Amino acid sequence: MSTNAAAAVQIEGLTIAYQAAGGSTLAVRGLSLRVERGETFGLVGESGCGKSTAALALLGYLAPGAHRIAGAVRLQGEDILQASPERLRALRGPGVAMVHQDPVGALNPVLTLGEQLLETLRCHRPQGYAGMRAELLQMLGRVALPEPASFLARYPHQASGGQLQRIAIAMALLARPRVLVLDEPTTGLDVTVEAEVAQLVADLARDFDMAVIYISHNLGLIRRVCGRIGVMYAGELVEQGLAATVFGAPAHPYTMALLACLPHIAPGQPPARLATIAGRVPKLDKEPDGCSYAPRCAFVRDQVCVHSGAIVMAPVAAEHAARCARLGMLHQAAPDHSAVAVDRTVGALRLSLQSVWKRYATAGGLLARLGRQGALATPAAAEVSFDVRAGEIVALVGESGSGKSTLARLVAGLEQVTSGQVLVDAVDVGGLRPRQRSDQQLAAVQLVFQNPDRTLNPSHRVGRILARALRRGGRIDERSMRDRVSALLSQVQLPPETATQWPHALSGGQRQRVAIARALAGKPQLVLADEPVSALDVSVQGAIINLLLDVRDNTGAAILFISHDLALVHAIADRVVVLRRGKVMEAGSRAAVFAPPYHPYTRTLLAAAGAAKDVSHVLEPAPPGLPPGGCLHVDQCRQRIGPICWQQAPPEREVVPGHRITCHRATAELMDVP
Amino acid sequence: MTGFLAQRLLQYILTLIAGSFAVFVATEFSPGTVSSKILGPYAVQSQVDSLSARLRLDDPLIERYGRWLTTLAGLTDNPMAAKEVGLGLSDPRGTRYVGNLGFSLMLKEPVIDVLADRIGYTILLTVCSIALIVPIAFGIGVWCGLKAGSLLDRVLSTLMAVLTALPEFAFAVGLTLVFVIWLGWLPGTSMMLPGDKWGMVSQLVMPTAVLVVASATYVARIVRASVVETRKRPFVRAAELKGLPPRVVVVQHVLRNALIAPVTVILLQVNWLLTGVVVVESIFAYPGVGSLLLQAALFGDIYLVQALTLMALTVAVGTQFLGDLCYMALDPRIRVA
Amino acid sequence: MLRGVGERPLAATGATILLLWACIALAAPWIAPYDPLALDFSGAINHAPSAKHWLGTDSLGRDLLSRIIFGARTLFAVVPLAVGSAFVVGIALGAIAAYSGGLIDQVVSRASDVMLAFPALIIYVILLTSLGPSLINIVIAVTLAYAPGVGRLARGQVLAIKELDYVKAAQARGDHPLSIIVFEILPNARGPLVVDLSLRAGYTVILTGTLGFLGLGLPPPTPDWGAMVVENTQLLSSHWHMAVVPCLAIVSVVVACNFLADGLRD
Repeated sequence: MSTNAAAAVQIEGLTIAYQAAGGSTLAVRGLSLRVERGETFGLVGESGCGKSTAALALLGYLAPGAHRIAGAVRLQGEDILQASPERLRALRGPGVAMVHQDPVGALNPVLTLGEQLLETLRCHRPQGYAGMRAELLQMLGRVALPEPASFLARYPHQASGGQLQRIAIAMALLARPRVLVLDEPTTGLDVTVEAEVAQLVADLARDFDMAVIYISHNLGLIRRVCGRIGVMYAGELVEQGLAATVFGAPAHPYTMALLACLPHIAPGQPPARLATIAGRVPKLDKEPDGCSYAPRCAFVRDQVCVHSGAIVMAPVAAEHAARCARLGMLHQAAPDHSAVAVDRTVGALRLSLQSVWKRYATAGGLLARLGRQGALATPAAAEVSFDVRAGEIVALVGESGSGKSTLARLVAGLEQVTSGQVLVDAVDVGGLRPRQRSDQQLAAVQLVFQNPDRTLNPSHRVGRILARALRRGGRIDERSMRDRVSALLSQVQLPPETATQWPHALSGGQRQRVAIARALAGKPQLVLADEPVSALDVSVQGAIINLLLDVRDNTGAAILFISHDLALVHAIADRVVVLRRGKVMEAGSRAAVFAPPYHPYTRTLLAAAGAAKDVSHVLEPAPPGLPPGGCLHVDQCRQRIGPICWQQAPPEREVVPGHRITCHRATAELMDVP
Repeated sequence: MTGFLAQRLLQYILTLIAGSFAVFVATEFSPGTVSSKILGPYAVQSQVDSLSARLRLDDPLIERYGRWLTTLAGLTDNPMAAKEVGLGLSDPRGTRYVGNLGFSLMLKEPVIDVLADRIGYTILLTVCSIALIVPIAFGIGVWCGLKAGSLLDRVLSTLMAVLTALPEFAFAVGLTLVFVIWLGWLPGTSMMLPGDKWGMVSQLVMPTAVLVVASATYVARIVRASVVETRKRPFVRAAELKGLPPRVVVVQHVLRNALIAPVTVILLQVNWLLTGVVVVESIFAYPGVGSLLLQAALFGDIYLVQALTLMALTVAVGTQFLGDLCYMALDPRIRVA
Repeated sequence: MLRGVGERPLAATGATILLLWACIALAAPWIAPYDPLALDFSGAINHAPSAKHWLGTDSLGRDLLSRIIFGARTLFAVVPLAVGSAFVVGIALGAIAAYSGGLIDQVVSRASDVMLAFPALIIYVILLTSLGPSLINIVIAVTLAYAPGVGRLARGQVLAIKELDYVKAAQARGDHPLSIIVFEILPNARGPLVVDLSLRAGYTVILTGTLGFLGLGLPPPTPDWGAMVVENTQLLSSHWHMAVVPCLAIVSVVVACNFLADGLRD
């Protein structure tokens, strides 16, 4: 590493503070890092660690209310934060470019994609129109966008998230930047798309000889894509080094704890509780006296870590440094997972779906309906059948559009089935709205939702939210209501004072606990958890998952767990149902689904999670003139047989009792890939 | 897209029909009232009853509404001109033609002639006003929106806030005080009679000024709010971070998005200018459609009121439809799937 | 939201002005120097402001200051009643239409469209000339004119909030729809509706002035600021203050409402 030549990116001691109503907050503290051309550097951290502020600073942008207190951001030696407005405009694009988190929001909704791409070229590398158009199409091909020419005339709302993100990457690359910053570019995209985009970025970094800074909270993805990484906590880097080293032998307690929280898919591993990091990320208004992680650290020693002045980055090995006062004195404690007992008696049948179909009527008014007579909308759920028994955790796995949320709503009664049966304790409630169901039937099934920001009524205090849920059980007087609320709160490990708080004062994890308490108010026998931890940080997820496991253990309730996160499912589920576009592709016990034979779609999902090898296959488009029908996965399937997959719906085969796969291929062919 | 438009058109036609029915009911539901309105306050009860019989006013409401519609469409005669009814009303066009809105009780002429006289002036006032409102409102609104928080913005915004709070008549009174009474530069009334010592143009100045101030301040505030809000959207920051020159960011990204909604507001103002400026016309005695409505309502001239209300409904529905068209032209999210 | 008012100077100014006028209206019988309806034929007609009559008298010898003070009373009787009634009806219609969906929503929305197509002034003119001007009729006319617009706003809010998870949780519990609308949804729809309320209160003040101006307001001799402007317009050349002062009164109240709305909006 030549220290004389100016690095592509050099951040030196950057400190940024935000001025807000309540005072100032230090968002970034003393950040220093260096990235060369051709390198991909991963900046990792959870929400509130300051990585987005750092990302924007790389482009010379400070949000309103933010100001730099110290440090510099040097691109090829030049401090971009000191640049004049004209210099800033010259640097943004060819010097440094950014790919934003939400591709839809980052594009102008009234201009075509082609116009927005041309804009960049016209600004930084103008040529004749024909030349620019050719370059556009070439770049769109580079980012693996199918049929690039058709996108030029389209508007942003006419493309999917994955397609828009590829276009955003192309747009950034058109200016031939020396530095590329990606701020959470795959959050909100499907797992399979996520993996493809991440791989794309890694390849492009190499080919275009750029310094790439990849910001994410998804540790698994970072590990596969980045050469060096930095872990941020409370505005500062706590560990830095080669990805392999940091992930393999983490030196800082936060990194260790974070990695321990990640569920892995390791074949043969029994279901276990998840690790978690207690506490919250601090909001600092001045430099702390000692280590910022100390309040949550498992290895803290008062004399060394607290009230000891600033802790500096110290080298651990070549290309590896960490900011810890007790470096070298830590032994890695064995992960504190208490394995869940494997032999549990599974109880009575609580929920049974039998051939459930759900079609939505075509949207639109009278005239629209007249025009579209005859065209059938794709069903949201197609012939879905599975069972859930007391004490069991059944996971519904699928990506967006798989119908998993629809099924949850059908079970809860928020929607009604088009045909088929939803048997709750042997009574068919599929056609009944909640107000038509008996109190017992209502109590039997309760929902926990995904988004902690929307799951609690912001106008009610916690106590009132829980009281309203409890009141369904009949009239309760004030005194016993307070006791019941406190009891519920302690069931989810929240102190009784929480009842007087407003939802916006609670953290995401606390809000989800209240949501679970609200579900528990009805003493449910089945808890429907729809992506309950997807919006939470990794360090907090474990607590909520363990809470659900406690509920299952203490009350014997069954849990229908909906998720797109295979690793999480692998950690806790007993049985797994894989959904694709409303149809069950594979269903069986956890061990059976996570081991071959795999349904082709399951294989793709596992490959995206890094737990299996997928068939490499060039996907040809559908042969023309086909009648509708056939397998619902066929257009993305890498193990297509031929025309039969397009024309005929595949049969559901029982591989072994309890494990079914819906595919035309014989079981032997689904075992392993050549 | 055409499906969307066709659906809206159908809605508007239904709205027109429902609205016209509401107007008909409101004015003609009681046969006794209709006859006594026609004959005036000095009529005797027997005269009222016999007129009701001759005009078949005792028939069910729906039938009368139907007859009213068919008369309007030129398919049946207007009974009031018939000789046996004896009201002495005559219409040079005959008793059956498209657009037969009946006779004005106040002016004893066919309604359509009365309207034709006044509509021209209303359109003139509307055109003059809009020609000033659009540039002023958009100019001030965009400028303040882009420079939000600056001293000029704060001053102008406060000024606009005070001006929108002014009722039209208050502003008219104030202007009259200054320009008519103290300075004598402009005429106090704008009756638009030929041969007046004040020319047409100077008679137009005061009413136009009042309307422009009332309307432009309101539109300017909306434009400003839209610009301020659009600037906060993520794609504007993304455009800045692409290194685009400021003019491109402002024109292509901010304004192209911020000015979509205000277009519909301008159309609403056109609607108001054509049908709702009763106050200004009354103050300045301007011979437009608004003051006609007031006089007709006070007199009890039901047919004129019906006609004016129908006209207002048509203008309202028409501007809404125009608004839909503009929205479609400007916002691709509505134009293409 | 009340906390917010204290923090924003603009809203606070508006609220203060309104409170001031409210106090004046309440205390009218005690603070007005003269009976607003008392005619004085002893020659004190059309007087300029003097020590005896601080704002002078009008053409019938009535004290202008007292009429202004009692005019505030009229205002505070009419406007809150009219706007309040319009909002109750509008919110009820909009919320029920949005929550029920389907046929009810279609019917209410179409009916609202028809009402909204009528220019407001036409509604007032027609209704008040046929029914006659009185407090109740003004309230009815204002309700008819405003409720569709308020209903549309409420409908939009309810439609959006209806899809949020906490509403779905209440629905899945089997809560009664009315309970859900009133307790779960409406408290969170407050924001834009309160802003709209302030704005419309301002419009209504202008409206009462305009109606008085057109002769459609409360019948004389009730002190009404708009009517006072009309009565005194002929004297513009000689005693212009008699028309201008009521105008200023109207403006102050409306500006206060607008400030309040702007302050609450942010």
